[in-house]
Amino acid sequence: MEKSPTLSESKLICFHCGDTVRGERVEQDGKLFCCSGCKIVYEILQQNNLCNYYALQQTPGISPSTIEVSRFSFLDDEKIQQQLLDFTDGKTASVTFSLPAIHCSSCIWLLEQLYRLDSGVIQSRVDYLKKQVFIRFDLSKSSLKNIVVLLSTVGYEPELQLDAVDKKLESEKTRSLYYKIGVAAFCFGNSMLFSFPEYLGVDATESFLRPIFSYLNLLLAIPVFFYCSADYFVSAYGGLQKKIVNIDVPIALGIILLFGRSVYEILTQTGPGFVDSMSGLLMFLLLGRVFQSKTYDRLNFERNYKSYFPLSITVKKNGVETTVPISSLKRGDRIIIRNNEIIPADGMVLRGNAAIDYSFVTGESTPIEKVLGEMIYAGGKQAGGMIELEVTKEVSQSYLTQLWNNFNNSIREKGELSELSNSISKYFTFVVLVVSLGVLLYWLPKDSTTAINAFTGILIVACPCALAISIPFTLGMTLRIFGRNNFYIKNTSVIETLSKIDTIVFDKTGTITHAQQASVEYIGTELTDEERLGTFSLAKNSIHPVSKMIADHCKGEQITVENFSEQISKGISGTINSKIYRLGSQGFAGHGILPKGTVNETRTYLSINGEVKGYFSIKNIYRDGLDAILLSLKKKVQFSVVSGDNESERVRLQSIFPKGTDLQFNQTPIDKLNYVKSLQSQGKKVLMIGDGLNDAGALLQSNLGIAVSENVSQFSPSSDAIIGGDSFRKIAEFIQFASLSMKIIISSFAFAFIYNLFGIYFALQGELTPIMAAILMPASSITIVFFTTISTQLFAKKRGLL
Amino acid sequence: MAVIALLIGFSFIIAVGFLAAFLWAVKSGQYDDKYTPSVRMLFDDNDTIK
Repeated sequence: MEKSPTLSESKLICFHCGDTVRGERVEQDGKLFCCSGCKIVYEILQQNNLCNYYALQQTPGISPSTIEVSRFSFLDDEKIQQQLLDFTDGKTASVTFSLPAIHCSSCIWLLEQLYRLDSGVIQSRVDYLKKQVFIRFDLSKSSLKNIVVLLSTVGYEPELQLDAVDKKLESEKTRSLYYKIGVAAFCFGNSMLFSFPEYLGVDATESFLRPIFSYLNLLLAIPVFFYCSADYFVSAYGGLQKKIVNIDVPIALGIILLFGRSVYEILTQTGPGFVDSMSGLLMFLLLGRVFQSKTYDRLNFERNYKSYFPLSITVKKNGVETTVPISSLKRGDRIIIRNNEIIPADGMVLRGNAAIDYSFVTGESTPIEKVLGEMIYAGGKQAGGMIELEVTKEVSQSYLTQLWNNFNNSIREKGELSELSNSISKYFTFVVLVVSLGVLLYWLPKDSTTAINAFTGILIVACPCALAISIPFTLGMTLRIFGRNNFYIKNTSVIETLSKIDTIVFDKTGTITHAQQASVEYIGTELTDEERLGTFSLAKNSIHPVSKMIADHCKGEQITVENFSEQISKGISGTINSKIYRLGSQGFAGHGILPKGTVNETRTYLSINGEVKGYFSIKNIYRDGLDAILLSLKKKVQFSVVSGDNESERVRLQSIFPKGTDLQFNQTPIDKLNYVKSLQSQGKKVLMIGDGLNDAGALLQSNLGIAVSENVSQFSPSSDAIIGGDSFRKIAEFIQFASLSMKIIISSFAFAFIYNLFGIYFALQGELTPIMAAILMPASSITIVFFTTISTQLFAKKRGLL
Repeated sequence: MAVIALLIGFSFIIAVGFLAAFLWAVKSGQYDDKYTPSVRMLFDDNDTIK
């Protein structure tokens, strides 16, 4: 077992979760914990002999949030159970949970030992990459609620979603791709074998072998044509119906001709056919698809408002509280909202002091006070005590829902198909058709057999497999490289868009500044230890974000606060050790101190017993590497900043961003969306970088929306790409690498072109033989696979991305 | 040369066997999660470290 961190070590870290231990110390068995939550998990594991958890990885744990069992009481509702369970037969049930907290091998180990913590669990299996756990349990010994509570207690709170996307369909899709590759590879290998005697020359005495082998080849061609190629025909047909010549049109044409000519040659015994070339081609094409289809299963890019809402809500009817699913909430229901709960429907305050934090909708995190009888819009978060609301509009008609629907309706669907390949294939198909028809007309009067041979030969050899292979391989590699650097993109077409960006719009809070961190500095008379702890205890009583930051700054042992009172947007006060502490705005606690100087900081004043001690200066911290990003992209890209906050940071932003950067303040989510729209109407290709909360609309509207998230696995907003906060500084490299990938694709066309010219030279004369096709086509595919893979890797290494 | 017909016949049958095995492996979900089993196999069966 690894040596556990002891108390004497200079850096004190939690034995369970590895966080630095600050303030209150929690100890157990000589091990140090950062909070009682971590200690409880340790105790549970220790009692059940599960401490191997700590041996597999050091400090593997997740600090659990406080769990109120009542919060999960809706899981006893049968309707909700039906929607969450995968399967139940009345005795046992199985369920698949998404656990964003899964992060190491210890997690896998612990979660697969769940049966030792709850005897009702029959089996639990983790899918690490999807961050899911599949649990089968005995309904007589345990319940869905018990399991969710257990998981939450040990720090793995499941992400519960009723309208979960059909992940099963997705896995069926990948499976069918694997089946197709298997069949194509099988047919490719065997038809090569059957073609060898023909290529090597069969002497006259053995000529009876020839028809046997060619008929066997024909047999192999059937599944390849009807099963493996089906997707290409469907896609080509779909494209043609929309009057688009997509990349699959020339491919489908090539496959049809390969098959048609093979069938004809074999049935008339005039030649061996092209079955091996056809199956080989299909195998490479499908392999390319596997490469490209890699997506991040655990990330959900298609979030809607529902995923932010709770699953159920407490309704009070005739004095009795019940939990009901949100969808069955009706007008006139009385609902109860507790501290930190999100309001799911527009309503009117009936009881309690409402202080609503609308940061999710507007970006402004200072709670807004609402009095009895006032309207509250859905999407806000209650900060403070319990309140009661009367629902005035159903969930589907609330303000927030409509806002989302507006976003979604106004935004055109972003195409998945690559623009590049589509524009190339359009001209390519046209040119190939013209050339082959010309050749057909040239030969027809002289020799009809050669005419047909030349015509089909050109179409076969010109089949743009290089195009169809180089794009998925290069982009698939790029997607993987990005993923390794904590930059997750929705699909490969994002890379192409990223390479063409000429304008970047940044959101301020949470994007270019750290979301939770700010630098807090105390300026004034030095505080004694007692005074510091007093300030901490006072600030700890308030949930205002500024109070939280000050509390973090003064962290220590908590002292009882008497007569605590909070005046919204003014400050807080209380009596500690018979001294009156006041913390708040200048008018509230800062009488007599120097007037505000520059406006680029927020000041909170502190007074004790009426004597002003000083103030806490709170500044946003800008992310590391912002300067470097701006510097390296300055020449290529124009910047803008849109912020929901006030202008207090204008001066500082002006000094950071290059001259001419447009800075917009006091922007609502709709304003941000319209700002992006106006840039687009000037023909700009806009990359929007935001935090995905209040700028979701702008992210969707932009050509490419990247959401910055501190914890990629725990929160994935609606966007085209998600980037981890730590990787923010690499954005410039990502953009440059995207254009590099596009260059790799274009140069691989050059390779393919040489092969094609060679083949066409023979095809023109009607002399494209099956053996030539059998060598040329796989050779060109393999060259391209090697070229793209190696060059992508090399460039990534050079840029420090690998 | 006639023996080639026989050999190819055999090789074809074996190849069909491999194809069937591959299709079965995909169907039984072995390609659904290609990472977790690699970690799982390293855990000891009876580990009760205190």
